[in-house]
Amino acid sequence: MTIFIDENTKVIVQGMTGSEGTKHTRRMLASGTKIVGGVTPGKGGQEVEIEGKKLPVFNSVKEAVAATGATASVVFVPPKFAKAAVVDAIDAELPLVVVITEGIPVHDTAAFFAYSQEKGKTRIIGPNCPGLISPGKCNIGITPSDITGPGKIGLVSKSGTLTYQMMYELRDIGFTTAVGIGGDPIIGTTHIDCLRAFQDDPNTAAIVMIGEIGGDAEERAAAFIKEYVTKPVVGYVAGFTAPEGKTMGHAGAIVSGSSGTAEAKKVALEAAGVKVGKTPSETARLLRGILKA
Amino acid sequence: MDLFEYQARDVFEAKGVPVLGGAVATTPEEARTAAEKLGGKVVVKAQVKIGGRGKAGGVKLAENPDDAFEKAKAILGMDIKGHLVRKVMIAQAAPIESEYYLAILLDRAARSFLVMASEAGGMDIEEVAHKTPEKLARVHVNANQGLDKSKAIEIVKKGAFPEDVVNDVADVLVTLWKTFQESDATLVEVNPLVKTKDGRIIALDGKVTLDDNAAFRHPDHESLIDHAATNPLEALAKEKDLNYVKLEGEVGVIGNGAGLVMSTLDVVAYAGEKYGVKPANFLDIGGGASAQVMADGLSIILGDPAVRSVFVNVFGGITACDAVANGIVQALEMLGDKATKPLVVRLDGNNVLEGRRILNEANHPLVTQLDTMDGAAARAAELAANR
Repeated sequence: MTIFIDENTKVIVQGMTGSEGTKHTRRMLASGTKIVGGVTPGKGGQEVEIEGKKLPVFNSVKEAVAATGATASVVFVPPKFAKAAVVDAIDAELPLVVVITEGIPVHDTAAFFAYSQEKGKTRIIGPNCPGLISPGKCNIGITPSDITGPGKIGLVSKSGTLTYQMMYELRDIGFTTAVGIGGDPIIGTTHIDCLRAFQDDPNTAAIVMIGEIGGDAEERAAAFIKEYVTKPVVGYVAGFTAPEGKTMGHAGAIVSGSSGTAEAKKVALEAAGVKVGKTPSETARLLRGILKA
Repeated sequence: MDLFEYQARDVFEAKGVPVLGGAVATTPEEARTAAEKLGGKVVVKAQVKIGGRGKAGGVKLAENPDDAFEKAKAILGMDIKGHLVRKVMIAQAAPIESEYYLAILLDRAARSFLVMASEAGGMDIEEVAHKTPEKLARVHVNANQGLDKSKAIEIVKKGAFPEDVVNDVADVLVTLWKTFQESDATLVEVNPLVKTKDGRIIALDGKVTLDDNAAFRHPDHESLIDHAATNPLEALAKEKDLNYVKLEGEVGVIGNGAGLVMSTLDVVAYAGEKYGVKPANFLDIGGGASAQVMADGLSIILGDPAVRSVFVNVFGGITACDAVANGIVQALEMLGDKATKPLVVRLDGNNVLEGRRILNEANHPLVTQLDTMDGAAARAAELAANR
């Protein structure tokens, strides 16, 4: 099994006719994802051919769902229009919306996240994330599909490239699902949501959790692990050398005063029994050690 | 972006939050002129983006314009916790009866907005929260529902404000919410909010943090950037649209993806312990690392006199390693004689074999390739130590 997605997930691409949308639709199709159409307001009724597949374009997510039976969407629209796109998907009651877009104002994210909670039908992943992949089954977003295959590790990470790096380090073991939850201050799906899903997924044998400076999501995840997770978890935290008050690339990656430090996160995770690696490679070694034991 | 107090005052004034007259001055002469315009006693306040300036002697009462000149002269140029005072704010002085606290901020954990209100103002709010939590209201506000007068009154009452100011403070809170939302702020804090002896409610000192991601719908925010305090290398990087942060070390770092670059800094720091060297910067070249982006990045890092070696750490996801390798080769060609420091390159992921082949073939004397991140970090640290 996998979490959040599987081989039957039918995906529509919001912003498919834009250059990023088209590029990644091609890559997702090539990795076997069931892409069933796209949404670009004002371009409904057109058809685009990508990777030899004719894909219908709709004006709204509701129309797209009615015509295709889509169960998930992936959002590639620019920051300015992202809120409207996500609200459109929530209104269509799509179970899963993956927001790849980087640079969305946090007031917009707060608004669409609150709206999704109110409606109670939609899980949002992201924004500012690479999406999620269950190798060989479904790949929603921009994660390279050829790093590794299916296996028994579950991975959750705030960072895209660290996700790729860790999948590469553990490529001989493989993954049930790897979820990039995103580097923004407000994200729709947290470490905790993924940890719970991996704990409940019978095919996931061990979990890798990657965090970074900013906020206290890792500390709360540590408390959750202590209380709920019985499967082995190894952790990695990036940003020990980040100076106070500077945003390190991700909008959410900032140490404010004494809060949000990598050290505090590491200490909290270790107190919950999570082995924390000093480097990505060491983290991978820790996981191997656990799986062998 | 954090604003200076005088900028926060301007934002408040523009949005209708009650403030006293104030002006910014960069010289004692300007301070005198501002004091003359405001009339009466004024307060000369150091403009630094850090707390504790009062204790450091950065806030002084001035009796008249000449006194404001003298006080500004003393405060300008001060160093407050590593922050150079380049500007002072000249503010009207007000007879204060009581000090309160109001703030609205982004609450990451709750994924919502949080209003905090307390009748105990003028001090560190963490301390109030710790010592007298019953005097601090903490209420979440839904982004879509917003904050109306009746909810504001409820919050203010919960913050233990005296009955006679509840209505006026609630009005300020509603205006503050409007300010928060319309400015795309992640923090608006008024500490203290005061009641003057003549019964007015006024925001005496404020902090505002604006969301950089919302800059596209606030062209006016551009003018609030503090260029004087921006590191020149950071300013140059920003011009080139690069995500760069200057640090105090010797090993220049270039990578793709914020998480991987943060991780690279850490790995360099561990490897550098042995050699007494540290990472010199954060530089994320992002997903589409063209030759030009690589050249821009390299030239900024090589322009940092503190840098003694450079570690290029790329995991090819969307970006293919051959494109990165071509970028490095072309960047070195473009830089020519300006490239003088050794480069350690670690490539992995998408099309890595071709990437490594390109670098091997180019056989540039400054470039060393290593297969692992840890190994490459150790080599870069060693090279920095030996120069």
